[in-house]
Amino acid sequence: MPYLDHAATTPMLPESLDAYVRVARELGNASSLHGSGRSARRTVEESRERLSEALGAKPSELVFTGSGTEADNLAVKGMHWARRTEARNRVVTTAIEHHAIADAVAWLGDHERADVTELPVDEVGRVKVEALAELLAERAAEITAITCMWANNEVGTLQPLEEIAALAEAHGIPVHTDAVQAVGHVAVDFGASGVDSLALSGHKLGGPAGAGALLLRRDTKVTPLLHGGGQEREIRSGTLDVPGIAALAEAAVIAVSRQKDEATRLAALRDDLVERIRAAVPDAIYNGDPVDRLPGNAHFSFPGCEGDALLMLLDAAGVECATGSACSAGIAQPSHVLLAMGAGEFDARSSLRFTLGWSTTQADVDALLAALPESVERARSAGLS
Amino acid sequence: MVEGVKLRVLAAMSGGVDSAVAAARAVEAGHDVTGVHLALSKNPQTYRTGARGCCTIEDSRDARRAADVIGIPFYVWDMAERFHEDVVEDFYAEYAAGRTPNPCLRCNEKIKFAAVLDRAMALGFDAVATGHYARKGDDGLLRRAVDPAKDQSYVLAVLNPAQLAHSMFPLGDTPKDLVRVEAEERGLAVARKPDSHDICFIADGDTSGFLKNKLGSKEGEIVDAASGEVLGSHDGAHQFTVGQRHGLGLKRPAADGKPRYVLSITPVDNRVEVGPREALRVDRIHTGAPVWLGPERTEPFEAEVQLRAHGEVYPATVVPSPKGLRAELHQGAFGVAAGQALVVYDPDAAEHNDASAGVGDRGDAVLCSGTIDATGLNDAAVSSGSAAGV
Repeated sequence: MPYLDHAATTPMLPESLDAYVRVARELGNASSLHGSGRSARRTVEESRERLSEALGAKPSELVFTGSGTEADNLAVKGMHWARRTEARNRVVTTAIEHHAIADAVAWLGDHERADVTELPVDEVGRVKVEALAELLAERAAEITAITCMWANNEVGTLQPLEEIAALAEAHGIPVHTDAVQAVGHVAVDFGASGVDSLALSGHKLGGPAGAGALLLRRDTKVTPLLHGGGQEREIRSGTLDVPGIAALAEAAVIAVSRQKDEATRLAALRDDLVERIRAAVPDAIYNGDPVDRLPGNAHFSFPGCEGDALLMLLDAAGVECATGSACSAGIAQPSHVLLAMGAGEFDARSSLRFTLGWSTTQADVDALLAALPESVERARSAGLS
Repeated sequence: MVEGVKLRVLAAMSGGVDSAVAAARAVEAGHDVTGVHLALSKNPQTYRTGARGCCTIEDSRDARRAADVIGIPFYVWDMAERFHEDVVEDFYAEYAAGRTPNPCLRCNEKIKFAAVLDRAMALGFDAVATGHYARKGDDGLLRRAVDPAKDQSYVLAVLNPAQLAHSMFPLGDTPKDLVRVEAEERGLAVARKPDSHDICFIADGDTSGFLKNKLGSKEGEIVDAASGEVLGSHDGAHQFTVGQRHGLGLKRPAADGKPRYVLSITPVDNRVEVGPREALRVDRIHTGAPVWLGPERTEPFEAEVQLRAHGEVYPATVVPSPKGLRAELHQGAFGVAAGQALVVYDPDAAEHNDASAGVGDRGDAVLCSGTIDATGLNDAAVSSGSAAGV
């Protein structure tokens, strides 16, 4: 089955699945004091060491969570709560964040009376750093936290995080990054990045869903979302999911070790895919930064087609891809990312995202190209309703 | 559509039991079926107690679960904008004009068998299947369902032959209670879901409040049609339907003690006229341009007409013209509201007289339909049932 939706979820690496099953057979609560507990704790701590090392972080900087969304919420809400005062009540985000950030920030605005500033992006979907510089010049004292994703989940554009982190540091404002799409796919070094916290998710890099992590500098304060047993430095209470943690670490270590070679391989496949789509559908619009993007991401608008209709036709032909980020009610909305990049509503509804991953082969790309032209033609005749 | 041919069928799945069983039957008939739930509301409510409709997230989920059980692909199509323009806005406009629209009929005409069917055809489907209770005869005519209580041929009578040719109604030959049994047997969780009765886009079933919200309140008079005497007041003529008896709020009973009914609604001066039931009697019905489901006729013919959903059937002489139908009822009808459809049926002689006739040609056949514009009495001046006039 040609699966070109690795940004939604990617298959578990066999090593990760093995680790999961092996550890899941073992008894033990990592907080228990007896032998079984110590054994579970040892697995957690070894995983913590391996995972943090792979990402340029210290073990003590790693907080395991139940998902990337949870890590994002913990960072953004937690930093805001920890730093807000009467005079300092503003969160800075970008126009292209995943819902895990966008909706968390919107919630702070709607329910916690936070002021929110959304940084604009250019036409390839890269955050305008100068907008942040201007904002900081005027309002730095009002800002509790800045959040900017590492790489965009829809169009794949890599973000100027180092510049953002440098600007923020000058004002002592913490920066969070949603690196869910980046870890294992591009080089990520937490220590060198200059950010204060970083969210990642297991199932985007060959690990299990339901396992995520937040890398968090020791000197960055966050107010916890969950209160309970005080696990994870009292930042994230809840019995540790030992098999999930072991499998996440296993997957991340492998993905990071293979990242460079895999990026080269995927970028070559992706470039082939892009070139052939452009040849087959000459008016297709290749969205995002043509060069500075995730290696496995290709994102197109097909003018005159409804993305929904295209997806259904490709699905019927056995090719799986996405229109962008899914919506709970199953109703496609025009992509907020494309709208922020200046696309019209029609182009924003006519997009498809093809994302490649570790199990992708040339045959998958060939299968897509075999099905796509007819699907585009049909979808075009159905038009935009 | 010939039996035994494998078609690509799009099953419209509302999340109710009927459309779920219809989809399952289409699969069993050997077709390649894809389930689609139509999202008709821009802001689907997360939960709705009591009322049932086709606009909630629960309905979408129920439809998805049914598709899982049946084993077909499932998608949600966003038709909210079209639905709002073509059905909801029309609903307001019709009431504002003193008429009584049927939104289900409008939805079939503009959404399910137009926007959805067109899109389906363009995407490579051959037909749209729905859970409507109606039959298609071997002759291609739309016929009543075997279950007279559930028959929905009335709200489908706006389909033209081309739309009809690409429609499937797999439930037309089955009584509703057996459809529920079948759903249960098929393991469909919606088997016991209550029927939807209300208008799907009016969440709480309060049509009057819904209209008041949009069209506003404006005090007007309720007048005795014969004497001109002012009997009471109301807060908006759009709250009324011709033939309505309850909710008039009149303090004094009529002189003869008999109930009074709404006879006419005049939005221009916000006036509602009432009178005795006898004054509601009409035997001439005029419609706008007809839709012919069967072969178009030009000469007057004898038929049966139905004047509202699940309403009575009247023998009539139908006088067709391209501009409209005129039905001359053999006996009077009461409470006929403009805006409703006049549906002309060819009574099923076979069903009544010849039990051995082929199943495929059973049931009253729909010949044509038109939207009622005006009503009147034989030889009397045509009295507009509404402000729409003739």
